[in-house]
Amino acid sequence: MTVSLRRDAPPAGSDAGRGRGPAPRSRSGRLLQRIRKGGLPYLFLLPALLLELLVHFVPMIFGILISFKQLTLFFIRNWTGAPWAGLGNYRLVVDVHGAIGSALLHSFVVTCAFTVLAVGLSWLFGTVAAILTQDSFRGRGALRTIFLTPFALPVYASVIIWAFMFQYNNGLVNELLHNVLGITSRPSFWLIGHNSFFALVIISIWRNWPFAFLCVMAGLQGIPRDLYEASAIDGAGIWQQIRRITMPSLRAVNQVLVLVLFLWTFNDFTTPFVLFGASAPSPADVVSIHIYNASFINWNFGEGSAMSVLMLIFLLLVTAVYLLGTSRRRNNA
Amino acid sequence: MPSGLGAGAARRAGPRRRGRGRGRGRGRGLMAPPPSFIWTRRIVLTLLTLFALIPVYVMVSSSLKPLQDVTSTFRWIPDPLTLSAYHDIWFTVPLGRYFLNSLIVSTSAAAASVAVAIFAAYAVSRYGFRGKRIFTTAVLATQMFPGILFALPLFLIFVSIGNATGIPLYGSRGGLIITYLTFSLPFAIWMLTSYFESVPRALDEAALVDGCGPVRALFRVVIPAALPGIIAVTIYAFMTAWGEVLFASVMTNNTTRTLAVGLADYSTQNNVYWNQIMAASLVVSVPVVAGFLLMQRYLVAGLTSGAVK
Repeated sequence: MTVSLRRDAPPAGSDAGRGRGPAPRSRSGRLLQRIRKGGLPYLFLLPALLLELLVHFVPMIFGILISFKQLTLFFIRNWTGAPWAGLGNYRLVVDVHGAIGSALLHSFVVTCAFTVLAVGLSWLFGTVAAILTQDSFRGRGALRTIFLTPFALPVYASVIIWAFMFQYNNGLVNELLHNVLGITSRPSFWLIGHNSFFALVIISIWRNWPFAFLCVMAGLQGIPRDLYEASAIDGAGIWQQIRRITMPSLRAVNQVLVLVLFLWTFNDFTTPFVLFGASAPSPADVVSIHIYNASFINWNFGEGSAMSVLMLIFLLLVTAVYLLGTSRRRNNA
Repeated sequence: MPSGLGAGAARRAGPRRRGRGRGRGRGRGLMAPPPSFIWTRRIVLTLLTLFALIPVYVMVSSSLKPLQDVTSTFRWIPDPLTLSAYHDIWFTVPLGRYFLNSLIVSTSAAAASVAVAIFAAYAVSRYGFRGKRIFTTAVLATQMFPGILFALPLFLIFVSIGNATGIPLYGSRGGLIITYLTFSLPFAIWMLTSYFESVPRALDEAALVDGCGPVRALFRVVIPAALPGIIAVTIYAFMTAWGEVLFASVMTNNTTRTLAVGLADYSTQNNVYWNQIMAASLVVSVPVVAGFLLMQRYLVAGLTSGAVK
């Protein structure tokens, strides 16, 4: 009794004596105590809540409002006074026959292809590396450190290094493919034209597979060893163990991992921005940079916001469907 | 998944694990794997090592070359070697100022983020209250927002606050600090919650019996017990702030510019100083890479215990 009451006593303990008594005498006293008891966790949450509201939720609501406005550079000083556009911005950006709409559609398709490739391969590399380093062998610790290094580097630094490697005249990639391995008959341009898409995918994989490695590695630690021992006694080989025990046990980790990778990659702004600058070549024109371009280069914030809102809706839908689908499978399994 | 798993992972990865690494370790153990597996492992891990390390090697080796050697055909071995790039980087662009700005912004954001997250995580891990699920979901959902959607509104809000109250948020380090601290907040709360849950409740309940208030119990018992986790989360928050580009490019001006934007300056001059760019990339990477690698096992533990729940 005393314990539970003490637990909820105020930190200062100003009127702790009365609060700790056998029973609060008046109704109002009890109410006060209940507020104090129930209010404490909210008090602890308050700073986090306020900051998230200020930086994430309120701006997002403003962003949605702006998407219904004709906000151009002209109104930027007095942005609340910009005229309403109704659904005008949305009509413009989803009109696939118009210039703006078709460019957005193209950009969306590019982003989807980029995301699927980059997430799929990052996941594959990370999972393979984690499973192959599950048993201890000489040099395993060093390998782990090496594999995690790309993830530890600041994103912009890694993109700059890759940009240097992709240079036409003095880059390592052309040197390797053209001069050393002789795969290409002449040096290729990597940061313009069709190759720019692959350059983006490669950098994204390089950056993200260590995260997949990290998560899967951690997930593997949760698999009880008895499972492997029992299956070995039953005559299962190592490949069978990986297929029958390791992979199914990783399902929970994979569910979160793939979703996080998907959201990061789809929303990734830093990689294309540092690699290409504010306007990416058309084959690598992913949505984040496309919207940045529409907003901050063409100074049409209404359109940019409408595009962002559409992307957010898309991400919400995909996430909801994904979580529903994977949870059901998990429950059935 | 059982939530005990998370606590187990956190504990396993802690320093107490020492000594378990001897012998066969965890993993599958028992039988020696067949040659097919050994060879697959050798080949795949070699390829992945090359993939991971070649860019790092390019950065280090190119930073040691004179300018004319990085503008002509790529060569693997730097010859002649020179350290001049490491001297020149500080004068070609005001790297020192950018570095200082990044340091101030990232340190403050990390410290504030962890301080805020500690209280939030304590509430989530130790109290049952109405709206707990909504809170944790909403906080994680912020990870989903495209940064570009709230970059502009946030910019406008900061400008408006500045006009109304005279507090300069736009263009100041303060605005950037507030922004960055909320970026690392969701993961910080998530990871700290699982660290706190791995601290036995009996410990802080004993402190409460001894007459501590909840805040004292948090500071005297829970925080010391979860200290490795707290340090790991601090480093994570620091890295987040150190590497962010979009808001750094929208919210800073000449005097408050951070490294994330400032490094681009090396290539907007008449010449692209690739050797200096590589040297600068190395210099700005050292603090975060060192911190990350020192703390990787705690980060792993935090990520897992969150992920398996």
